[in-house]
Amino acid sequence: MNPVNYLYLASLLFAIGATGVLIRRNAIVVFMCIELMLNACNLALVAFSRMHGNLDGQIIAFFTMVVAAAEVVVGLAIIVSLFRSRHSASVDDASLMKL
Amino acid sequence: MSATAVHSLWTTNGLWATAAEPVAKIDSPQIEYSLIAPTLIVIGAAILGILIEAFVPRKSRYYVQLFLSVVALVAAFAAVVALAADGRGTTSSGIVAMGALAVDGPALFLQGTILLAGLVAIFTFAERRLDPEAHGNRVDSFAAQAASVPGSDSEKAAVRAGFTTTEVFPLALFAIGGMLVFPSANDLLTLFIALEVFSLPLYLLCALARRKRLMSQEAAVKYFLLGAFSSAFLLFGIALLYGYAGTVSYAGIADVVDGTVQNVNPALAGTMGNDALLLIGAALILMGLLFKVGAVPFHMWTPDVYQGAPTPVTGFMAAATKVAAFGALLRLLYVVLPGLRWDWRPVMWGVAIATMLLGAIVAITQTDIKRLLAYSSIAHAGFILAGVIATTPDGISSVLFYLGAYSFVTIGAFAVVTLVRDAGGEATHLSKWAGLGRRSPLVAAVFAVFLLAFAGIPLTSGFAGKFAVFKAAAEGGAGALVVVGVISSAIAAFFYIRVIVLMFFSEPKPEGPTVAVPSPLTMTAIGVGVAVTLVLGVAPQYFLDLANQAGVFVR
Repeated sequence: MNPVNYLYLASLLFAIGATGVLIRRNAIVVFMCIELMLNACNLALVAFSRMHGNLDGQIIAFFTMVVAAAEVVVGLAIIVSLFRSRHSASVDDASLMKL
Repeated sequence: MSATAVHSLWTTNGLWATAAEPVAKIDSPQIEYSLIAPTLIVIGAAILGILIEAFVPRKSRYYVQLFLSVVALVAAFAAVVALAADGRGTTSSGIVAMGALAVDGPALFLQGTILLAGLVAIFTFAERRLDPEAHGNRVDSFAAQAASVPGSDSEKAAVRAGFTTTEVFPLALFAIGGMLVFPSANDLLTLFIALEVFSLPLYLLCALARRKRLMSQEAAVKYFLLGAFSSAFLLFGIALLYGYAGTVSYAGIADVVDGTVQNVNPALAGTMGNDALLLIGAALILMGLLFKVGAVPFHMWTPDVYQGAPTPVTGFMAAATKVAAFGALLRLLYVVLPGLRWDWRPVMWGVAIATMLLGAIVAITQTDIKRLLAYSSIAHAGFILAGVIATTPDGISSVLFYLGAYSFVTIGAFAVVTLVRDAGGEATHLSKWAGLGRRSPLVAAVFAVFLLAFAGIPLTSGFAGKFAVFKAAAEGGAGALVVVGVISSAIAAFFYIRVIVLMFFSEPKPEGPTVAVPSPLTMTAIGVGVAVTLVLGVAPQYFLDLANQAGVFVR
């Protein structure tokens, strides 16, 4: 199968993730959409790796997974602490600071 | 290369088929440990700091952590100076660690700046005399226990027990370690990893304020979500550039962009004709970097995060993050994408103009001193971008000088903000600063010096920096940018002067804030800020020469 198709799929997933970040209101869901974007990047990297016949892209994909895991640790810690003090994980409710 | 040939690279009949030999075929990577010593020292100390959290008794952790951080930063700075004295920044600069890192003038200059700024920021982190003692324990700007809910019994118990979040020191060291790698990253993977290594600790540091914890947590959530969002864009840009060039090393991509690449295989011939990959990829990577810099239209996080984060962290972030991010931006634009100059220059023109004007104009309407400094930092990002656009050697050196001058002023200014306090912690509303000059002339005068430096008044470092970047921009053919820059400097001067007028020429309010007397730690931070401001303002030549010598990227 032509690897270019995987690039279309990766772009589609990335766009879905980005749209989700912009329109969803729950911090956890927003965060999941960001993870979807990172995974779309992984798919693109692996597809390009196949096209070029070198391993750089696959290695970056491994690094991305580790980074995504580290981001989950930090992100959930922050979001959970916000939820425990406000009883809401909505990003719209977090508006103490406005212009 | 055909699909089957590619396939055989990592499956049967390829590398692994002859079981006896393959181990000998994989060369162990050559790492020049002495050349990347600054980074190794800082990261090593950060790891040691985590062990200290685990094993050292709670009472003595603060002292051990502070000592370790200061020693590590000083040692790393000494290593940078030794490398520079060895000519690694000028004559014998080179690519190290299998092409992952560049050791050259801009990298060493910015690493030195980040280390010094980080050292001064660590002093403000360690300040324990500003808040009144809680139950007989000295407290700093950080939450007693970050995990406890604000206002809950567990928080009260933590305060009563005298807990402090000494984890801020290793977190800051990790952030500094990432920042040291960021401007010297020489391939896209290292760029991405360094970005995450310095961003993740910063997200956590933002959430740790002792006072106004809800605001602090909110700032952290906003910074985290937007930061992760922007780094996802950066990563997709990396994927596209990798797809375009078939390599992630800066020099390799630059060769493909310039069209000087040797050995074009069929796969590369297919992708390097596809300009969409190059343009979209470069745009997405620039987006990720401009977000970290805080340039319009990717600036939305700056005011909220600067306001909500603990003030020492804000100072650290505003100074060191900007230095690291501009270093990476410079290297990307000057080493990887010079062949694409005619495409990115118009875009960066627009970004720089929007950043300068919006930062300066919106700052006028601000009523909170931290938000005001945040918008001022956006305007300054615009001024620095004007130097970046010059695409001349002068452009590099002027940006280096500006970053060095700006970072110390910023840390000093935020350190002064921590001193002005009322019952609720820091009194950041501008109305409370009225008449501060009558009540405590020294603090107000020091703050006035910083504001004048931000405004770019002669005899301060701000003037020397602005003059250097505008001169470089004008000579680089961006005269119109300089005009916009001068206009927005004038607009910005209005609100800096307004704060000075407010401090010195209005009546102090009866229930106004008090000015805390800090320990020598914060005094050092503020003193260094004032000293750098005046020295770089009165006699900038030595440092301009230093930046000039350092202003050549290795490729």
